[in-house]
Amino acid sequence: MNHPATYLKSGWLQISVTNLFVILLMLTIFALAVLIPFPKDEEESKK
Amino acid sequence: MSEMWTAKLRNKWQKNLPIEKLLPDDQPVYVASWIYVFGVLTLSALGMVIFSGIILAFEGPVWYHTSDVGKFVNSLHFWSVQLFFVFMVIHLWGKFWMAAWRGNRFATWMTGAVAFIASIATAFTGYLVQTNFDSQWISFEAKDGFNSVGVGAWFTVTNLGQMLLLHVAFLPLILGIITVVHVLLVRKRGVVPPIDAEPTSLSEAKR
Repeated sequence: MNHPATYLKSGWLQISVTNLFVILLMLTIFALAVLIPFPKDEEESKK
Repeated sequence: MSEMWTAKLRNKWQKNLPIEKLLPDDQPVYVASWIYVFGVLTLSALGMVIFSGIILAFEGPVWYHTSDVGKFVNSLHFWSVQLFFVFMVIHLWGKFWMAAWRGNRFATWMTGAVAFIASIATAFTGYLVQTNFDSQWISFEAKDGFNSVGVGAWFTVTNLGQMLLLHVAFLPLILGIITVVHVLLVRKRGVVPPIDAEPTSLSEAKR
């Protein structure tokens, strides 16, 4: 941790690799939460 | 004879938030989705933040900078905050895209938004009171920003005592109160249905 963060730069946009990773991770979790079906109640599915 | 204020308050509470609504054992069928889990995940992370924060406050900086257990609890506090923000942002995205202010839920949405802002202030003061070189760097960068907008005289980010008291006493109290009001409003108004769904209870959907 005792070194400067690596930054990506494109024109006006500058972001650290760590921050970009966290944002992409959150977007991935969000997409998975929307897409993956929630497990059904066992008692309900037996009926 | 007019009712006592206690009776008025009790009647108003029972009318708006009866115990069946406050502690439900039944949820609408659309709640069975992973995106509805992130509110309670945020609350769980906040619980861990408060729990580890209380231990840090009792033991003090020497303990959490030098002892193994102290370093562990310090890290637990830090990483619980990271998870708290990740869960809260995903909760915010989920609620934004389903327009969660629908159905007279404006106050629920606004208390959530204010809680988000209060969380940022609490986390910021937390970064300032780590008592390490990181917090020194953050405070000296931030002071220029606050001075440039003219608030540096009463919100002094390099004043450890002020930042510590704001972080451990004032801001958690504010955030705690807003969070409790937010959760009570969720119970009162119910969980927002998806845009294309009719608001039904789980028991009605089973029929």
